Amino acid sequence: MTEMTYRDALKAGIREEMLRDERVFLLGEDIALNWGGAFKVTKGLAEEFGEVRVRDTPISENTIVGAAIGAAITGLIPIAEIMFGDLIALAMDQVCNQAAKMRYMFGGQTSVPLVLRTPFGGGKNIASHHSQSLEAWFMHTPGLKVAVPAFASDVKGLIKTAIRDPNPVLFAEHKLVYDKKEEVPDEEYLIPFGQAKIRREGADVTLWGTFFMLHKALEVADELAKEGISVEVIDPRTLVPLDTKTLIESVKKTGRLVLVTEETKTGATTAEIAAIVQEEAFDWLDAPIKRVNAPDTPVPFSPPLENYFIPDNKRIAQAIRDIM
Amino acid sequence: MAIDKKTLKELYTRTLKVRLFEEKVWNLFGENIVPGTLHLYLGEEGVAAGVTTALKDTDWIQSSHRGHGHVVGKGADMNLALAELLGKKTGSCKGKGGSMHITQFNVGVLGATGVVASGLPIAVGAALSCQIRKTDDVVVCFFGDGASNNGTFGESLNMSAIWKLPLVWIVENNFYAMGTPIKMTCPSATIAQRAEGYCIPSGVVDGNNALEVYEATQVAVKRAREGGGPTLIECQTYRMKGHSRFDPAKYRPQEEADRWLSPERDAVQIIKKIAIEQGAITEKEAEKIRAALQKEVDKAAEFAKNSEYPSPEEALEDVYAEVP
Repeated sequence: MTEMTYRDALKAGIREEMLRDERVFLLGEDIALNWGGAFKVTKGLAEEFGEVRVRDTPISENTIVGAAIGAAITGLIPIAEIMFGDLIALAMDQVCNQAAKMRYMFGGQTSVPLVLRTPFGGGKNIASHHSQSLEAWFMHTPGLKVAVPAFASDVKGLIKTAIRDPNPVLFAEHKLVYDKKEEVPDEEYLIPFGQAKIRREGADVTLWGTFFMLHKALEVADELAKEGISVEVIDPRTLVPLDTKTLIESVKKTGRLVLVTEETKTGATTAEIAAIVQEEAFDWLDAPIKRVNAPDTPVPFSPPLENYFIPDNKRIAQAIRDIM
Repeated sequence: MAIDKKTLKELYTRTLKVRLFEEKVWNLFGENIVPGTLHLYLGEEGVAAGVTTALKDTDWIQSSHRGHGHVVGKGADMNLALAELLGKKTGSCKGKGGSMHITQFNVGVLGATGVVASGLPIAVGAALSCQIRKTDDVVVCFFGDGASNNGTFGESLNMSAIWKLPLVWIVENNFYAMGTPIKMTCPSATIAQRAEGYCIPSGVVDGNNALEVYEATQVAVKRAREGGGPTLIECQTYRMKGHSRFDPAKYRPQEEADRWLSPERDAVQIIKKIAIEQGAITEKEAEKIRAALQKEVDKAAEFAKNSEYPSPEEALEDVYAEVP
C-alpha cells in the first residue's frame, strides 16, 4: 500500500490501462504537454505516451465527445475529458442522444466503450458555470453508466473498470477530493461497478451520499458517536448500476435514512434513492427519509453565499438528530 | 478524367438501386405499413451512388436523417433495411431504429442519426481512429445544407483540418432545411465557401450527376488516403418529395421544382444517358439491370412484410453491452 492523493491514484489507473492496452487514448482541452489537465490529473501522460495518445483539442466540447464516440465504435477506447462538469451541457447531444442510445437504436450492432471524465462540485468560489453537481442528468439517461468515486482507494479501481467496460461511462470526479489522500494498493485491482462500500459501520441511522459530502459525513459520524448516535455511512461508488442491496440491507438494520449530496434538491439522485427505499423497505423505516441537498438555485460565487449553498457538517448532523 | 466502362455501369446500377428502393418505400408507405415518419432520398440518388462507388468496402460512411440512400449505396442488405423500416424483428436494428437510424454497421455504416448535424463529430472520431490505428480507410460524412448552420459543422471541420484526418465531407445541398430556403440561412453563394476558412479544399458539383460526384469524391478520397487531409464537396440536388412523409413541399416555387424535377435533371436519366453514350451499357442492358434490381427490391419488400414484429418485451434489450 502507498499513500497517495485521489489525483495520483486516478492517474495511476489511467496509466496502467494505457500500458496494458494500446487502444486507450485521451482527448480533451489542455490535458497534454502545456497544462496536464485543469486539475493536473493527466500531467506527465503526454510526455510518457506521446501526443497521439494524449491529445489536446480545440474548445469544442460537442465534437470532443462525438469524436470519442466515433473512435470507440471503430476500435479504440477513448477517455475524453470535459474540463468542468458544467461544460458537458455543450456536449449533451453527443452524450445523451448519441453515446447513450447508439447501441439500443442500432439494435445491438455496436457498443460504445468510452469514458467521459469530468469534475463536479463547488467549494472553490468559481460560481455558477464551474461548480454544479449534475450527476442526476446522467443517472436519468438509459445507456450510460455513471461512476462517482469519492476516495483515492476507490478511484483507481473504478477508472480501470470504466476503461474496460464496453459501454459509455460518465466518470464523475469532485474538485475538492483531488487532494484527499488514502492508502492505495500497489498491486493491480479493479472495483466492479454496482458495489457500494460501507465506509463506516453503524447501527442507528444509515447515511447515503456522494463525493465530498461523504468526507463530511464521516466527520459528522465521528462527532455524533460522542453523543451515542451510531451512523452507518454508505458510498454507492456508482450510480448506474446502483447497488440497492447494500443500501436496503443497511436501512433494514438501522430503520433510518439520511441522504446527502451537493446537488440542488429537486430531482436530485437523493430523490430517486428515497423513492427506491420507500418502495423496497417501507415497513422497516422508523422515521421519514431525510434529504440534505443544496437549495434550488444556481451555485453562487461569494464565499458566504457558497458556504450557505453547500451542505455543511452542521446541516448533516441536524438532519440526523431530527429523525433520532 | 477517363472513366472505365465498368465504373459507369456500376454508377448507373447504384443510382437506380437507390431509386427503386426508395420508390418501394414510398409504395409501402402508401399501403400504410411504415410506422412513424420518413425522410425519402428520392431525387438525391446521384450523390449516394457517386460517393459510395468511390469507396472500398472497409471505408466508413456516416449518414444523416435522410439516410436510406447512403446505406443502400454502401451495400446494405435490402431485406434487413426494409424490414427495419417496417419495424420488424428481422430489421437491421431489430425494429429499434427505423428510418432515421437505418444502419448496417457490417457494411461500414457508422450510423444514421435523427439529430441534424450530430454525425459530423462522430465522423471526426472514426477518421481519427483510422489515422491512429494506421489503417488506410477513409470516412465519408453525409449531411445536408441545414446541418451546415449547426455548431458542430465549425467544430468538426476545424478538428478534421488541424489533424489532417482521412475524411470527406459531403454536403447534400437540396436548398431547403425542412421548409426554410437556404437563401434565408446562408449568406454565401455556396456552402463550399465555408470550408475555405478551415483551409479545407472544397468544390461544388451537380449532385444529380453520379459521375460528377464520383469523380470529385475519387480525388478527395485519394487525398484523404494519402494523408492529405479532408475535403468538402457540396453536391447540389433536390428532393423529389417533401421533407417528410406528409409534406407536399408547396413552399418551393413551381418553376424551380419543374426545372429540378424535369427528366433532363433526373439522376437516373442523367447517368443512364452517360453510360449509354460512352458505351458502358446498351438500352437493353439498362432495362435488364432495372428488371433484376426491381426483382431484388420486390423480394426484399416481401421479406419485410412477411417478417414478424418483435415481441413487446424486446424493448428492454440492447440498452447495455454485457461486461465480459
